[in-house]
Order: sequence, then structure tokens, then C-alpha cells
Amino acid sequence: MAKNFSIKHQPGFTAIAATCFIVLYLPIIVLVIYAFNAASSTSEWGGFSLKWFQSAWQNTQVVDATLRSFQIGSIAAVLSTIFATMAALATTRTAPYPGLTFKYAAINQPLMVPEIVTGVALLIFFSRIKIFTGYSGIGYLVAAHTAFCIPFAYLPIRARLENMDLTLERAAADLYATPWKAFRRITLPLLWPGILAGLMLAFVISLDDVVITEFVKSGGQDTLPTYMLGQIRRGITPEINAISTAFLLLSVAIVTLFFFVSRKRD
Amino acid sequence: MATAEEVAKAVERRDVRDRWLLSAPALLVIFLAATGPLLIVLVYSFLTPGSYGDVKWQFSPEAWIAVFLERDIFDDTLSIAAAHVTIFLRSIKLSVVTTIATLVLGFPTAYFMATRSEKTRDLWLFLITIPFWTNLLIRTFAVLQIIRNEGIINTILLKLGIISAPIQILYTDTAILIGMAYVYLPLMVLPIYASMEKLDFRLVEAGYDLYASRFQVLRRIIFPLVKPGVIAGSILVFIPALGAYVTPSVLGGGKNMMLSNLIELQFGQGRNWPLGSALSIAVMIIVMVALLAYVRNAGKSGVRHG
Repeated sequence: MAKNFSIKHQPGFTAIAATCFIVLYLPIIVLVIYAFNAASSTSEWGGFSLKWFQSAWQNTQVVDATLRSFQIGSIAAVLSTIFATMAALATTRTAPYPGLTFKYAAINQPLMVPEIVTGVALLIFFSRIKIFTGYSGIGYLVAAHTAFCIPFAYLPIRARLENMDLTLERAAADLYATPWKAFRRITLPLLWPGILAGLMLAFVISLDDVVITEFVKSGGQDTLPTYMLGQIRRGITPEINAISTAFLLLSVAIVTLFFFVSRKRD
Repeated sequence: MATAEEVAKAVERRDVRDRWLLSAPALLVIFLAATGPLLIVLVYSFLTPGSYGDVKWQFSPEAWIAVFLERDIFDDTLSIAAAHVTIFLRSIKLSVVTTIATLVLGFPTAYFMATRSEKTRDLWLFLITIPFWTNLLIRTFAVLQIIRNEGIINTILLKLGIISAPIQILYTDTAILIGMAYVYLPLMVLPIYASMEKLDFRLVEAGYDLYASRFQVLRRIIFPLVKPGVIAGSILVFIPALGAYVTPSVLGGGKNMMLSNLIELQFGQGRNWPLGSALSIAVMIIVMVALLAYVRNAGKSGVRHG
């Protein structure tokens, strides 16, 4: 038998993996490079320039859409994380009780349905409510985003809770801590990394959504992704590259943070 | 005086009640803004279309008939709605091919990641997670810039003299396929990697000790052990691919519709909300069938491997 026989080797696998990683990153890198293109066409290189970032920055539609994205994203992330934390506390560290399986299924339901179907369903439902109440503000988008963010926020919080036993809480109770005090001083600090991870996940998921927003939004309620979709359909300018690059940078920053928060084992 | 048993029962009842109260807000929001409206879609699919969109509250099975059949305007005879059938078949075909393509590429990638040293594994995982959480629209847009006629692929091929005119990839089914495989690849890699990470390589070693070839080890030992991850990955790719909206809208142009574009059309220019609702429910049914197949399969392999 050969001396250096590696049991982990499989022929061609490393080559395919390398191809995958290159293919995953190459289009993104090209997109970022062309954001700094001085030429106004996206097909030739006209030298380095920041003018597309500047033009995006001065485009009020872009700024409006960005602010709206952040507004919806932060409200939806905070609400969904609070609700998901409560739901996680209610569905972990317990003997099975009637309704537990139902709760799991209900919380994960938004993940099981294609976005287009949820989008259509909300379009129908909210259009009825709009006629009924006359309200056509941003609340519908916030409600929709909160709903589909809950399963994502729930994921890391539940994972964190399942790794925590009840010993410390019992000890606190033995020392006459009220349930609320035990929660605030023991459970919450231990759970915090999970909650933070959930919050960031929810924010990113809300920020990325195109389909549901596209169906729920009323006129003039574009978020950054739906604005970009409209622009891309109309034809592309390097301005979209610039917006994408800024967006990418933000996502990468949040994901990096998330990665470190959720990997931290203490 | 209550017995200890009664007290314990009362405490347990209270605990369950508190747990329902705690989960109530999450359940309520999901019911109001996700699950509940799905039921309305079901109702709408049995109503009559209104003249300016929306519906008339009048029962009609027309929408469901129109999912696959067409009524002749002159003699009312029914024939197969070729356009709808084509779009259904195209969506299913593209989703299946996307699933297979991501599996063929994703399986070796997950294997590669799982066989790295503990330290570098986290880095590879990070590299696959970044595209996973990056905006799908942006990634689709990145693919668009690569494959269009003035894109990098055509430019290089033209400069090298391999082709004399740009290959038209954009606005074809191939473009949708490339785009979907690209955006959903991390969804395949991550669950396979999760099962692969737990793989006990002593079993692989035992296989080689018993004179198995590399391919036999792969087929008879590794693949069966990571099968739950493969099935999970396939489901995670197939479901969003079937309902894909962004990728076909951006890369397929107006012509190459997938199911989601057909549904959108009914709520826009088509002004046939019941038909759009019926089509949505049809998509849900296909997804449910796929999920059921998954649950059955996952159950089976769970028993086999303990």
C-alpha cells in the first residue's frame, strides 16, 4: 500500500470545491470592481472613479429607499427577536406538553411556503384591510417582515437555550430570587449572544427581502431591494453596482459579526 | 388539603399556560401575517374575478379549471392550456436540474470543507456563509453582468477568437438555470456539511482496510451516512427554486416565465386574482408533496442509522 495513503482523499473533489469557491466569488468581485468604473457603460473600463457612489448618494430615491429599508428592518428585527425569544423560552427546557409540536410547526411555517405564495396571500389580505381601514402606511410591511423574520430569529435563540440547563435558575430560586429577577440576572445574560445573533439574522433577512415586499408595498414604498429590482429591469448603470457594493459591505459586516457572536462558546 | 400530586399537577398546568402566553405574540403575528392569509388565498381561488382586479363574492370553479385547461371563447369546449402546462413543466424541470447541479457541485465542496483541519474549517464555513446571507438580488445581478452579451465571459471568448459573435445566454432558460444554481448553492452545501462534519472517519478507514476502492467507500459508506444532509439540502434548494421570482425576472426576461411570474401576471395585467390564487395553491401542493417525501425519507434514514 502506498505510504501516503490519505483516507480522506477523493479524486477530483478538491478541484470541484476550488471551482465552487471561485465561481461563488468571481461575479461578486466583478460587480464590485465595476462599481468603481469611470465609464458610464458597464461593459468597458474607463478608469477608477467614485462618481457612481456619489451619484447614488445624491439620488433621493436611493436615499429614501435605503432609509425605509433600515426603518422596516430595525423595527421588524427588534419585534421579531422579542417575540422569538419569548417563544423560545416557552418551547425549550421542558418535558413535551400538548401543543409543543404545533408551536414548532407554526413558528417554522413561514420557511415552508414559497415567498411568492406568502406575497400573494398578503397582497390579498392587506388590500382588504386597506379598503376597510383606509390605512395604507408602512405598518403592513413591518407586520409582514416581522412574521417572516420570527423563524430566523428563533433559530439561534433556541439553539442557545437548549445548551443551557436549569441549574443556575434553580439556584437563584433557592436563594429567594423572584422568577423575574432570576430571568433578568441569570437567564438573560446567558442567553444574550443568542438573542444578538437572532437580532442580526432577522435584520439581514428583512433587509434582503424582495418578493414579499414587492407584493405588499403600496405606491412610493420602495425598499432598497425593490428599487434595485425596478432599475435592473429597466436597464443597468454602474450606479446599481455602487449601491450593490455598499449593500454588500453592510451585509458582510453584519454576517461577520453574527459569525463571531454565534460561534462564541462561553 | 391538596395532596402533593394535586399540587404538582396544578404547577404543571400553570407552567403550560405560561408557556402558551409566552409564545402567543409570535404565534399571533405569524398567524395574521403569514399563515392566516394563506387560507384566504384558498377561498379566493374559488371565487369569480372582478372586472378591475380583486374578486366578486360568487362561487366559481373556473379558476381551478383554468390552471390546466383552456375554455374556447367560441364554443366553450375545454382544451389543455398549453401555456400553463409549459410553465409548470419548465418550473419543475428547472428546479430539478438546479437541485441536481447544486448537489453535484455542493457535495464535493462540503466534503472538502469537512475534511479540513478544525481551525481552517471555520474559515471555509465563513466563506460559504457570506454568499448565503448576501442579498439574493445582488447575487443575481452579479450573474447578469457576467453572462450578458457584453459580459466578461463573452468578452474573453471574443478576444481569444474562440467565438466571432457573443453567445446569447441572458434571457434564456440556461441563464435562469445558471442563476438559480449560483444563488442556491450555499443552501445545498451547508446542510451536507453539517452531516459531513459529524462523519466518523474510522468507518472510512475500516472500509479501506477491507479493500474497498475510493469510489466504493464514497458510495457505500460516506454517502449513506450523510444522506439526511443531502436530502435536507435538496429540499432547501428545490422549494425556493420552484417559487423563484427574482432570478427568472432578472435573467429570464419577460419571455421565459416561471410559475411565480405567471402568478404575478394574474395579479397585475391579467386581473384574474382567482386564477393567481389557484396557481399559488398549486405551487403549495407541489411543495407539500416534496416536504412529505422529505419527512418520510428523513424518518427512514433516522431509523437505519440510529
